Amino acid sequence: MKRYTSLIYVLILSFIMTSCFDKSKPNFQYFPDMYEPISYETYGEYDIFPNGQQALVPVEQSISRGWLPYDYEDSAEGYDLAKADLTNPLPYTEENYNKGREMYDIYCATCHGGNGNGKGYLVEREKILGVPSYDDIGRAITEGSVYHVMYHGINTMGSYASQMSNEELWQVTHYVMTLKDLLEEKEQKEFVKDVENPEVR
Amino acid sequence: MKKVLFRPSKLKIFLLLFSLLFLTNVYAQDEPDLDDTEEIEEVSGADPQKGKELFNSLCAACHKPYKKAVGPALHGITERRDLDWIYAWTKNSKELIDSGDSEAIEIYEEYNRQAMPAFPQLSNEDIDDIIAYVEQPKPEPKTAKKDDSSEVAATGDGVSTEVILGILAFVFLMLLVILVLVNKTLRRFAEANNVEIYKKKEKSKPIWVAFAENQFLVLVSVVIVLLMVAYGGYGYLMQVGIDQGYEPIQPIHYSHKIHAGENEIECKYCHSSARKSKHSGIPSLNVCMNCHKQIAEVSEETATEEYSKEFYDNEIQKLYDATGWDPETQSYTGETKPVKWVRIHNLPDFAYFNHAQHVTVGQIECQTCHGPVEEMEILYQYSSLTMGWCINCHRETDVKMEDNPYYEKIHEELSKKYGVDKLTAAEMGGLECGKCHY
Repeated sequence: MKRYTSLIYVLILSFIMTSCFDKSKPNFQYFPDMYEPISYETYGEYDIFPNGQQALVPVEQSISRGWLPYDYEDSAEGYDLAKADLTNPLPYTEENYNKGREMYDIYCATCHGGNGNGKGYLVEREKILGVPSYDDIGRAITEGSVYHVMYHGINTMGSYASQMSNEELWQVTHYVMTLKDLLEEKEQKEFVKDVENPEVR
Repeated sequence: MKKVLFRPSKLKIFLLLFSLLFLTNVYAQDEPDLDDTEEIEEVSGADPQKGKELFNSLCAACHKPYKKAVGPALHGITERRDLDWIYAWTKNSKELIDSGDSEAIEIYEEYNRQAMPAFPQLSNEDIDDIIAYVEQPKPEPKTAKKDDSSEVAATGDGVSTEVILGILAFVFLMLLVILVLVNKTLRRFAEANNVEIYKKKEKSKPIWVAFAENQFLVLVSVVIVLLMVAYGGYGYLMQVGIDQGYEPIQPIHYSHKIHAGENEIECKYCHSSARKSKHSGIPSLNVCMNCHKQIAEVSEETATEEYSKEFYDNEIQKLYDATGWDPETQSYTGETKPVKWVRIHNLPDFAYFNHAQHVTVGQIECQTCHGPVEEMEILYQYSSLTMGWCINCHRETDVKMEDNPYYEKIHEELSKKYGVDKLTAAEMGGLECGKCHY
């Protein structure tokens, strides 16, 4: 009988030890005081914020550093205006083009396709439908309309202003317009050399 | 008399037989119904397959055949409008609105003055094809049928395993009964023949007393036990503060396997701030809605045995509740419920780590540290995130110097100093305390 009781003790002990390793809970820490930040951290939960939520929308009427408000409003009229008037402030340099391609491959190619024909991987898998080709005659995209649509989104396409900076959006615009030229079987424009980017916000 | 296309549908054959057998009246009543649906395909001679292609590439961004999206559902449009009106509207809706067409103005106002782009490239035949596609009767939801069959299969399987288990249990029961009977008979024989079955044991020294008397054995076993305790204790203490394998339950079951794996979406599509910030960033829900405005339910193929389609659809519904998106009206209600994601990778406050430095400058793949994320249905912490783990990688990884003018000069000097071709992160100063602790 004695043997059994000791066996039971061992079982209980091992159960207690292993039950601490719950993979849905974080582990113990030696000195939590050194692990936990005193300052407010990104995505943290603190009492001073409404609902304790640190991640907040910027205060209305305030402008983030490095940004300027975009003049064209999110409406059919704004779209038409941007399409007609807005032009790319960045020079067509190789650097801007490459950066644009890098961004395009991350954010756009999955639906619009690597060459802009509207047949990206998600479209081929019929997850997302109705992606037009960049040489669509009815839409007749321009630099201004490309930027406007990326900034505000259109129809089922959402805004990409939260994922890319204004400068990056303009770099993608360069790349998209190049893809459009290639789809229309035009020659690719020649790169401008030795020009610095103006400050785009 | 009109021509009637007969498809091998049981219902129609049944109806036909029924009508032939009984009243001509019934025949006369059924006939136009059948005709209506057939007529469209018949008259236009359009190709719904071609229409589907056109629809998917041009219309589907805003229209769904059977559900309202940005624009109205297109099924049944031929009942609502003339063909000529549809042609004119599709080719250039703005012109039609400007011409003062009352129907056009009405629909324009109804959909918040959102103009439909012009499609001058579509011919009347193309539009016919699209109409033929959207006017196809709505396909029956497959789930019901599938469920039935799977249920049948499941019950079929259940029956067979149950039967096997039953038979096994019966066999065991029989064996037990036989054993008991045999035992009983043998005992009776033994009694009859005066054979003593149970001999009384001689009382011997208990084994633990013998063990305690052997001092050498006691010494060896004490040493072994001490070593084992030390080993176990060391191992236990060393894993305190390490969360490798940490796999918390998130408020929304987001599957990296479906998004990053099956659909091959770039990591940086959602975690865009990893490119230029210290944090890789939990994507705000507007990023989810970039796609899920259109994707309100998962496809049949996405569902697995573990997670059903209903389960995933419910998770998408949670996203809609959080963002306040109403799929019926296709608009935001303004009532949002922020999602309280559980952070998985937690570095202690005294260690500094910068994502942009590794992702953008170092060009290191996300998977190097985060493991095969594209295979994880539920995300867990893949690496230990200990200092030793950081240091090892800094010692072994060569810095990518090609096409990077930033490193040119320092590369030259340092490779001269160390007499090597390629520099590791450690040789660039990646082991200095102040790089991560300050």
